[in-house]
Amino acid sequence: MEDAVSLTGTPQGKPAEASLIKRLLRMRETGLIAIILVLFIVMSFASPYFLTWVNMRAMVMAFAVEGIVVVGMTILLISGGIDLSVGSVTALAMVIAGWLFLNGVDPWAASAISIAACTGIGTFMGFFVTRVGLHHFIVSLAIMVIARGICLLGTGGRPLGLFTLPPEFKFIGQGSIGPIPVVILIFFAVVIGFDFLLRRTTMFRKVFYTGSNEKAAAYSGIRTKRVVFFTTTLCSALCGVAGIIYMARFGSAQPTFGIGMELNVIAAAVIGGASLKGGSGTIFGAILGAVLLSVVSSSLALLDVSVYWQDIIRGSILLTAVSIDHYLVKKRA
Amino acid sequence: MAGAVERPGRFGGMPFGGSGTGSPFLFRKFEQSCSVMTDDLILRITNLSKSFGPVQALKGVDFDLRRGEIHALAGENGAGKSTLMNIIDGILQPDSGEILFDGEPVTITSPARAQKLGIGFVHQEIALCPDVTVAENIFMATTNTSRKLLMNYRALEKKAAEVLGQLGDIDPSTMVRDLSISHQQLVEIAKALTLDCRVLILDEPTAALTEKEAQVLFRIMRRLADKGISIIYISHRMVEIFDNCDRVSVFRDGRYITTRNVAEIEPDDVVNAMVGRVIDELYPRKQSESEKSDDIILDVQDLSERSRFRDVSFQLKKGEILGIAGLIGAGRSEIVKGICRLEGDVTGDVSLNGRKLALKSYRDSIAEGIVYLSEDRKGDGIFLDMAIAANVSALKPEQVANGFGLINRHKEEAQAEMLGKRLNLKCGSLSDPVSSLSGGNQQKVAIAKMLSVNPKLIFLDEPTRGVDVGAKAEIHRILRNLAASGVGILVISSELPELIGVCDRVLVVREGRISGEVTGERMTEENIMHLASVGGAEATIN
Repeated sequence: MEDAVSLTGTPQGKPAEASLIKRLLRMRETGLIAIILVLFIVMSFASPYFLTWVNMRAMVMAFAVEGIVVVGMTILLISGGIDLSVGSVTALAMVIAGWLFLNGVDPWAASAISIAACTGIGTFMGFFVTRVGLHHFIVSLAIMVIARGICLLGTGGRPLGLFTLPPEFKFIGQGSIGPIPVVILIFFAVVIGFDFLLRRTTMFRKVFYTGSNEKAAAYSGIRTKRVVFFTTTLCSALCGVAGIIYMARFGSAQPTFGIGMELNVIAAAVIGGASLKGGSGTIFGAILGAVLLSVVSSSLALLDVSVYWQDIIRGSILLTAVSIDHYLVKKRA
Repeated sequence: MAGAVERPGRFGGMPFGGSGTGSPFLFRKFEQSCSVMTDDLILRITNLSKSFGPVQALKGVDFDLRRGEIHALAGENGAGKSTLMNIIDGILQPDSGEILFDGEPVTITSPARAQKLGIGFVHQEIALCPDVTVAENIFMATTNTSRKLLMNYRALEKKAAEVLGQLGDIDPSTMVRDLSISHQQLVEIAKALTLDCRVLILDEPTAALTEKEAQVLFRIMRRLADKGISIIYISHRMVEIFDNCDRVSVFRDGRYITTRNVAEIEPDDVVNAMVGRVIDELYPRKQSESEKSDDIILDVQDLSERSRFRDVSFQLKKGEILGIAGLIGAGRSEIVKGICRLEGDVTGDVSLNGRKLALKSYRDSIAEGIVYLSEDRKGDGIFLDMAIAANVSALKPEQVANGFGLINRHKEEAQAEMLGKRLNLKCGSLSDPVSSLSGGNQQKVAIAKMLSVNPKLIFLDEPTRGVDVGAKAEIHRILRNLAASGVGILVISSELPELIGVCDRVLVVREGRISGEVTGERMTEENIMHLASVGGAEATIN
């Protein structure tokens, strides 16, 4: 009878050594790294400029600041949310800090105020999502338009030239420590820091619980609304940080900056394994997604492909990556 | 033993009682009566199989349905009844096997196709549009296939009133959301009656009905059967099967076991065939005299909630397993969720081990050691796509973390491993997602999650729903052991045999109030059903 109902089973075993490799192969990150490596090899043959220090540096610079926003977006996606306003809020951070600076505020204080303001926008969205009960999509869509409006209103639509920014401030965006640009150092610090937090802390574990199954999380005593409120706020705050770095890098505040950024950022996170349904995703994967998109853009530019093609190709990559993943997940289930 | 899982030969008189040690050779004398003329059959299914990933839900199942009969399907949860019905209704496609409908081989590709063939299905879950009138809901399917551009609401309501007239007092122009659950269930049935069907499938239609409403339904069923319509009736209640059905087919673990004429067998035979062995083994021993105690773990006084329940008072003593029975929608889960502050705005006193509690949220409840195991495992019980270890630690991740809030993977896995061993959890790696486990093992993960906080009191809502028989017995044994070790155990279940088998005392809830209590000899399906649907002081069982 034990046979029919199988009361006796093998006790749970530790994963065998072989399954570690299997698991590694199954990981999304491995596949992404492989694709990126292939692109690297192909491109280094296709263009003599590709594998140069200057090009590499330019490529990393291109996604480093946006990468900070990708971190915020990934965490928000894991909790089950989404933010379409990242581009506008990043621009707004530049505009607020720039405007304050032009009106005589110390640039560091102006930056702090600006980041606080972006954090405020995040709490505002968090309020509408968790207290009023609206969907992230709609709330952030509205904020996307509103924030852009404020940018244009405050600047009259023209970039603010910030030629008098002190050099120690510009250092954030333009300087290097040794051969490595400060921007890249900040980027790595943010990525490694949040990746660690997300993997290891109880606080961020609750983000996963909430995104994976909000009701089950609530039934486990997790204050899911607080979690969502927190991730929404964090994403906007990181947009603020990114905006300030951009300002230091460009030496100006551009009200039209970051249009379409949300696509890049969401695409990077999703290619890297974050699910729009919440509950899954890693920062490492999302950054690899950003790297992939950046390598593709850079390659297309080096191969003299028209910029108009670039959006079409980016969109297609997103669709392909997500379809393949969906297929694999379905097959596994 | 292989004998327990093999499908008995059609005329072989196989014992399907299990190990064979003292198991009765069930039904053997009736074997001959079951050979049937094929032209008498409206539906004949042979050797049907269906898998979901690694799980084989149906293993070469046979089933046949005569014209104008009421045919009961019996089997534990997970026995394959629902899968079979979903295949007949075109919701699922079989992997292999043959379906003959009215003598013709058919492939039923969709519910719409099933409807065209004349198959109607009343699902267990109510699937009505809440913001639309009763009449529109009843004729949803007809509207869908109608060629007319405009709706004729008056004609619709008139037709609806005719159908509803047989069933009960429901106004066809009311919105479905304003109906009680039992009336919604009746609308669901009315919907199927309007279809011109030749086969009608009823999946636990009486789970939310009162005794009176159920009797009306049974009369209608018989009338339909007399008109030549065949009815497949799924129920857990033996009384209903034996009072109203002609034949009964038993399924177990995805296999067809047997089909018998109801008139020739006893309820116990069916139960034993369902379980695959003598029933006593399914349930652990009851509380022994020495385990009886006067220590009160939980004391609930005058608990009320605005719309869901009123004046609920009861006590849970140390060492006992207390059950709560009632119809769906009577407020069983709501009372328990109210006690641990999961939902509802509750008034009244709750004391744990003699100390009055002032709980404000479910977090407070967990902190006090009162936890709730959800009836909807996939919906709100577990995190399907997360690792087993992460599921087990979800109630208090702080327990497996250090002072800085950093989770210690080893501690987390050790906790899951320790609880997994205690519950005999079968899994590959603890870092696999819970979705890779069978229903029974998923439920064990959910229970391990409860135990991870060393609870003083556990509320279990449908603890064995969707769990196979083996795991079910294990879960029951675990509950008994927990109770014996001094943890308060309160079980809610729709399966009366489970409550009767597991609990030492059962409270019956009817329309948000406790309508009675049964213990010992008086714990029978009849008594509980009576209290659940008639209730009140006059119903107190002597």
